[in-house]
Amino acid sequence: MAGSNPNAKPMDLTLKIWRQKDKNSAGQLVTYPLKNISPDMSFLEMLDVLNEELLVKGEDPVAFDHDCREGICGMCSLFINGRAHGPERGTTTCQLHMRHFNHGDTITIEPWRAAAFPVHKDLIVDRSAFDRIQQAGGYVSVNTGGVPDANEIAIPKTIADKAFDAATCIGCGACVAACKNASAMLFVSAKVSQLAMLPQGKVEAKTRVENMVAQMDLEGFGACSNTGACAAECPVGISLDNIAMMNREYFGAKASSENV
Amino acid sequence: MNWFTKTFSSTIGRKIIMSVTGLFLCSFLVVHLVGNLTLFYKDGGEAFNIYSEFMAHNPVIRVMEIVLVLGFLFHIYDAIVLTRRNKSARPVGYAENHPQENSTWSSRNMGLLGTIILVFLLVHLWNFFVPARFGGLEAIPDKDYENLYAEVVKAFQNPIYVGLYVISMIALAYHLIHGFQSAFQSLGLTHKKYTPFIKTFGVAFSVLISLGFALIPLYFFFFVKL
Repeated sequence: MAGSNPNAKPMDLTLKIWRQKDKNSAGQLVTYPLKNISPDMSFLEMLDVLNEELLVKGEDPVAFDHDCREGICGMCSLFINGRAHGPERGTTTCQLHMRHFNHGDTITIEPWRAAAFPVHKDLIVDRSAFDRIQQAGGYVSVNTGGVPDANEIAIPKTIADKAFDAATCIGCGACVAACKNASAMLFVSAKVSQLAMLPQGKVEAKTRVENMVAQMDLEGFGACSNTGACAAECPVGISLDNIAMMNREYFGAKASSENV
Repeated sequence: MNWFTKTFSSTIGRKIIMSVTGLFLCSFLVVHLVGNLTLFYKDGGEAFNIYSEFMAHNPVIRVMEIVLVLGFLFHIYDAIVLTRRNKSARPVGYAENHPQENSTWSSRNMGLLGTIILVFLLVHLWNFFVPARFGGLEAIPDKDYENLYAEVVKAFQNPIYVGLYVISMIALAYHLIHGFQSAFQSLGLTHKKYTPFIKTFGVAFSVLISLGFALIPLYFFFFVKL
């Protein structure tokens, strides 16, 4: 396997995993010993190994979210040893490898904690609050018609780059998980800024920011204390500048839009 | 609710109020410290007493005093509302959490620092503002101003007050180190050219202002005797 280290020794671990039957049950941390884990495994592969063992024993496997396993879908989550997506910066859980842990380590694995992200089962939380925020305005309305020429609308390179940087947000919710206030400001600001910077998005900019912030507040996320924890833990490095831009957009919209 | 109250009761609206009142309170700190520097004149407190007499009776200052009280009240009220909201946004906490890996201590403890400053503020008002405004100062023969300077000298012979004042100024420094630059971020006033300057200036401002205030009790405790 490319990148694998033939000298890497398998490791034994102790896992403390949050187990919760369903939304309405109380949960608790359950300890699982796990042997012979290759340092080349990803964190999720390590959990797959645990689940296979649990299935053989006839126990309920640990439920966790995952999809692409290549760091681009935003589906995986997990609060690992007190950090969103684990100890490495700029990394999703699926891209976190066991080589960052040591033989004999105890690893605590918890779900994202936020009132707006209720736990479904074990490590899976309901992130549909993000979907509802997006539905409130995180889009550009396009009327059908003739196809315009490519590059018809000139966009400065610096603006295009900033909009692209904001658009790299994968909506994983690590910002909410890491924030002491469980605030969704970084997520919402990335979605607001991404569109507010581009001419196609400017058309609906005022109503968009008003509605998305209103929905964010309605979902029960906290306010921003500017600790910067969100940006530090963001797997794709969304910048705090987006929050400043959203605040500007919001205040400007509130002062000048005709939505009373 | 109409659009105006909706705006200022949203999470961002409240942060805008926190920022504006916070920066206004910073401007108050500058004026207060500059005035207090008259305490260091070696004139037996004459300059300070004339200054405090002016502050207690000038009509413009009277009006600004009301604005200042409102600034404090809005800042404190919104802090309480936001803190309650933020606590309820995470009803179940983490069994293991290492926030020191991603944020500074002061940025996470603005409420605690603010509470220390509030306790200090009440003690401070009791020490000096109440006697200066509502009577209780000793008169000075042949002068039309009273002796607030004597109160200052007296209060700062007490090591408990000196300790409380110095600790509170350390809390103020940390509160401002996060708060000053944070206010600009909340107001959306960020720019590649100016934000680095605002951050550096904010730290220097916080340290110098707090140090300036902390030197007053220390100076009187160690160098001025009754």
